[in-house]
Amino acid sequence: MSSLWEYANPKKFIETAQRVLPWVAGLSVICLVGGLAWGFFFTPDDYRQGSTVKIIYLHVPAALMAINAWLMMLLASLVWLIRRHHVSALAARAAAPVGAVMTVIALATGAIWGQPMWGTWWVWDPRLTSFLILFLFYLGYIALWAAVEDDDTAADLTSILCMVGSVFALLSRYAVNFWNQGLHQGASVMRAGALAGDTQERVSNVFAVPLFVCIAGFVLLFVALVLLRTQTEIRARRMRALMARERMG
Amino acid sequence: MMPELGKYAATVLSSYGISILLLVALTALSLRRAARVRRELAAVEARRKP
Amino acid sequence: MIALLIRDLRLAVRAGGGFGLGLAFYLILVALVAFGVGPEGALQARIAPGVLWVGALLACLLSLDRIFALDREDGTLELLATAPLPMEGIVLVKALAHWLSTALPLVVAAPLLGLMLSLPGPGYPWLFLSLLIGTPALSVIGTFGAALTVGIKRGGLLLSLIVLPLYVPVLIFGAEVARRGAAGLDLQQPLLVLAGISCGTLALLPFASAAVLRVNLR
Repeated sequence: MSSLWEYANPKKFIETAQRVLPWVAGLSVICLVGGLAWGFFFTPDDYRQGSTVKIIYLHVPAALMAINAWLMMLLASLVWLIRRHHVSALAARAAAPVGAVMTVIALATGAIWGQPMWGTWWVWDPRLTSFLILFLFYLGYIALWAAVEDDDTAADLTSILCMVGSVFALLSRYAVNFWNQGLHQGASVMRAGALAGDTQERVSNVFAVPLFVCIAGFVLLFVALVLLRTQTEIRARRMRALMARERMG
Repeated sequence: MMPELGKYAATVLSSYGISILLLVALTALSLRRAARVRRELAAVEARRKP
Repeated sequence: MIALLIRDLRLAVRAGGGFGLGLAFYLILVALVAFGVGPEGALQARIAPGVLWVGALLACLLSLDRIFALDREDGTLELLATAPLPMEGIVLVKALAHWLSTALPLVVAAPLLGLMLSLPGPGYPWLFLSLLIGTPALSVIGTFGAALTVGIKRGGLLLSLIVLPLYVPVLIFGAEVARRGAAGLDLQQPLLVLAGISCGTLALLPFASAAVLRVNLR
């Protein structure tokens, strides 16, 4: 039985990633196309929200992945800080833009969904606001990676920023909840949560199965993209190292 | 066989459109950069051991 | 440690430094907001606590990049790193110097600017108190951001991008205290949370800043 840390070796990682990637990518495409088509064409309208309920198949998975991507970056950062595996740091770097795009999707679909449902594109609802803050964190993290020239320094700095940022993201979540307490009495706002959960079991099953397929599709897509982008980062770093050596003589 | 979207057609279609556009763009950019870096690395490696 | 603090303060006051600049910026910002929303007193009174908090926050931001950049340029930072002082102590002193030279004047000036925005009477002590409690957190968080970006040329913009999201909780609770104070509502809870955030960042963040600084000086 081989240890998980074997994949910290860039060569081994690339080999395995190349072997796994087509499967993950294929499965994710199947799940996404299947789940979205199922949701779009073959689910009934919600009696209250009409056909807008179909947005749930994009909104909820994207929102889930926006948070999970950050968690994955946090884990990868910890692994880098503790065990100094370069692949881990590069995987965190590779995941950040994917997470940022997921956040944008969650925000955009939320805004479009909110327009007919709440009569406004944007409310300073705790959830919306914390996603906006999460997006800002992604931007800062990506910008810091891009700005620092030395790779190891950049990995260290972004890892620490990721840890500090996680604490502050939680704080912000709490702060934002507190801040908007008086304006929105919560319950009416997150119908999506109620739909996905158990509250409307009858309706829920019709919507929930394709939703889970879509969530699986988004997870697999995230994994596929991170595998691909991590390979790219490993190659880019190796290229930089080789070119530096060339210049030396 | 378009489903009946009713008065929310624009809402639903635009959110599907934007999301799919973003996902496809992200994937395309990732793939393009992957291909470019792979090509350039191959070139550098080839130069190193002639 | 105290020598370092005195040196930093002296530099801040002397070197055409952030001392007057932050205050002037704060004044201009408040005036601009007044121009922007119009001269109507009732409206200004309603937004005054938030505007004064945001203004103080931005004015704090203005002088952050000086915390380490100047010392880095002339090599003082390397010397400090080899000094017998622990890096955490250096970071804390730097944050304290920033707070004394930049944030404290803002805190004192805030009630005066409140007059300009016709802040309601009961708001003044709470505005002052909330800023007094909240600004140390701003300085400590800012020091972390400055330590992160010290090695980057023209890192000012990046510094703002990184630091501003971190300021969100402090701003929310601080402005909430000021707003509730101005409206005469119960404000114990946000005040306590604000104090908690300040104490927490003050206790923990210097370790992160010191770690980051060590990486940057490697």
